[in-house]
Amino acid sequence: MTGEQCSLFESGHRACGGCAAALAARTILDAAGRDTIVVSATGCMEVFSTPYPETAWNVPWIHSLFENNSAVASGISAALKKQGRKEKVIAIGGDGASFDIGMLCLSGAFERGHDFVYICYDNEAYMNTGIQRSGATPYDASTTTSPAGKCSTGNPRPKKDLPAILAAHGAPYVATATVAYLPDLKKKIRKALDTEGPCYVQVHAPCCTGWGFESEKTIAIARLAVETGLFVSYEMENGQVTRVKKVVRKPVEEYLKEQRRFRHLFRPQRNDAEIAKIQAIADRNAEKFAIDIVLKK
Amino acid sequence: MALGLGCSSRPGTSRANRTGSWRTFRPVFLHDKCTKCGLCVSVCPEGCVVADSEGIPEPDYDYCKGCGLCAEECPAGAIEMQKEEK
Amino acid sequence: MMEIMEGSHAVANAVRMCRPQVIAAYPITPQTHIVEALAEMVADCRLDAEYITVESEFSALSACLGASAAGSRVYSATTSQGLALMFEVCFNTAGLRLPVVMSIVNRALGAPLSIWNDQQDSIALRDSGWLQFYAEDNQEATDLHYVAYRVAEDRRVLLPAFVCFDGYILSHTYEPVEMLTEEQVDRYLPKYRPVHRLDSADPISIGLFASPDYYTEFRYQIDQAVKGSMQVIREAGRQFGEMFGRDYASPVEEYRMDDADCAIVAMGSICGTAKDAIDEMRKEGRKAGLLRIRTFRPFPAEEVRKALSGVSSVAVLDKNISLGSKGAVALEVRDALYGSGVPVLDYIIALGGRDVAKKDIKSVVDMAAAGKGDLFYGLREEVLR
Ligand SMILES: Cc1ncc(C[n+]2csc(CCOP(=O)(O)OP(=O)(O)O)c2C)c(N)n1
Ligand code: SF4
Ligand code: SF4
Ligand code: SF4
Ligand SMILES: [Mg+2]
Repeated sequence: MTGEQCSLFESGHRACGGCAAALAARTILDAAGRDTIVVSATGCMEVFSTPYPETAWNVPWIHSLFENNSAVASGISAALKKQGRKEKVIAIGGDGASFDIGMLCLSGAFERGHDFVYICYDNEAYMNTGIQRSGATPYDASTTTSPAGKCSTGNPRPKKDLPAILAAHGAPYVATATVAYLPDLKKKIRKALDTEGPCYVQVHAPCCTGWGFESEKTIAIARLAVETGLFVSYEMENGQVTRVKKVVRKPVEEYLKEQRRFRHLFRPQRNDAEIAKIQAIADRNAEKFAIDIVLKK
Repeated sequence: MALGLGCSSRPGTSRANRTGSWRTFRPVFLHDKCTKCGLCVSVCPEGCVVADSEGIPEPDYDYCKGCGLCAEECPAGAIEMQKEEK
Repeated sequence: MMEIMEGSHAVANAVRMCRPQVIAAYPITPQTHIVEALAEMVADCRLDAEYITVESEFSALSACLGASAAGSRVYSATTSQGLALMFEVCFNTAGLRLPVVMSIVNRALGAPLSIWNDQQDSIALRDSGWLQFYAEDNQEATDLHYVAYRVAEDRRVLLPAFVCFDGYILSHTYEPVEMLTEEQVDRYLPKYRPVHRLDSADPISIGLFASPDYYTEFRYQIDQAVKGSMQVIREAGRQFGEMFGRDYASPVEEYRMDDADCAIVAMGSICGTAKDAIDEMRKEGRKAGLLRIRTFRPFPAEEVRKALSGVSSVAVLDKNISLGSKGAVALEVRDALYGSGVPVLDYIIALGGRDVAKKDIKSVVDMAAAGKGDLFYGLREEVLR
């Protein structure tokens, strides 16, 4: 266990205790190594890691704007090619940067086929500005702009399928991963970096502050998302799903009841109809990706 | 002195910010229970748990925020969260 | 060698000789001929650059920003709506101190939609930290690209720069232009040596966020760099003159200003018409002169003050309007002349491609002599009814 004593993502950053995005950043750099240039989008990770004059990054790093990290990465990738340099380029953004405001740049960069890896750390809302909904917010989650109320059960729309959209661009490698399984996350980052062309890795990153759970539960919650089938961990190569994490599925309720953002589904009284709708989402995921392990007696 | 050109900074300077002061609970590592599996090293969002040459982990309390993730995930129950005495 | 060329092609050729390593641009009228010509050069291996066919101007400048941060010389070109779409990235590029050079083929901003010329687009970015040069003719439009790269990349500056020239009036017009040779450009423009760049051998972080404790100082430093660039512009412009005979040392050009009574102040191609009108007025015994502003950012307040201090009236031709206030050039000129007692009158003119003839210049001078100004020149009667 001597390993790398000096992490490429340094301590002293200002993420909330137990932040999965911080854990993801560290793990991503562990996998990527020193010869990596990182482009961050505005968001929690950028803010907690770089309050001037302090930066947590020990690799070359740049932040430009909220919505242009993939375009900036395109330019860097083109410049490196012209200069004959071998460093890898990683663009990192939150779900807001990736699913919503940065879609134009992201789509353009993937269509053009630059050699870079785009990583979305998905905490399922705009956390940095105070937990507003994004295109990645799950159905019925209560956020500050999709609050549950007398005539609302929270976010009215299901999560956008960004991996499929990027796979449809012809991306050679698209994967989803989670902080629940760090060795798997590392493997996927490595694979994305080793694949030529634009690759995408979406990392499920629970946010204790925004979702409403205790900081020590970050990984447990991430695991439950997989075990209930609400988050599917898989790989796509050239548009085909090639590997899926299979589970012995638990009811979605076990995941939902742990989080404040779904509390309105249980209190003041249980909303069976809505819970059933979320269970149906998990069931559809399970069918689509064939995640169920069938236990033999 | 001029500030960093383009709002730039030397790498890794966040170490100047000792986040250990945020802590309300302190993870105490019980070495006799530890199986040296290394999980606590990899799950710490601060990257502040380091294993020595024997594989025995110890947190750097200068940076440990006391989030409890290592204790929660330790398969051997070898980390105990104790209220921080201030 | 003198060649008769379309303005866009002359500019594209000049850009080629500046050897940008990365070009990212998105087509928009009337900039298209430049980016098409560059694409052709790359396709024919006459220009060794990565040409990124981005999906928007927003990405064009973002890609240039990234490539510049990685240490390459970069180029883009745009106008009007495209520049407006880059607004956020423009401020960012300057703040990150990246010496991107971009041609602005000046065009009006909608609404209403117009593809024709005025200078509203680049003027709207005057506060962004980009240096702004305005060319009178195609010779200057080409030359200013060499100068712009040299100034922008100078270690004392490290700021992005617009080279602005009027859409259609210059970009689509064939004029004789003396093109430098590659050897000449190589002698004038040194290789780009970045000061801060993304490099795993020296892994700095660029673009941190600043708390109130630091933000003001960062803005101060950028402002100092913009102001300080004037000295570098003078040096680079003078050296250009020494090497190639066309001197750009001064940020302004004075035309028949020695004994001028009424001074016209303007930027860009309208100055050609103004000069002709002045020549005719002089023959009629009217002492008119022109102060042409070539460098709008940094603003040459000192030169403006010096040139205009003796005149009895100043007529500013503004091809832009800060709606609800005045034209941007007039505001600057008035500020430069503050306390001198010289009256500065503003004429919003030639918006959205409205043609300006010598007679219009003369009538502006007449109005200025009569103390009538601060108006939209030549409005259709019906809107006044
Ligand atoms: C153009 C623009 N619009 C809005 C914002 C405000 N803003 C900054 S970060 C952010 C949300 C970030 O959300 P996400 O990408 O999910 O990252 P997170 O903070 O959740 O990690 C928003 C809305 C901005 N910086 N720029
Ligand atoms: S709000 Fe969430 S994502 Fe942001 S730093 Fe805190 S835990 Fe991390
Ligand atoms: S997780 Fe527990 S058992 Fe494993 S190394 Fe850490 S303290 Fe020891
Ligand atoms: S309590 Fe949290 S911050 Fe402290 S060592 Fe454990 S995981 Fe790291
Ligand atoms: Mg988010």
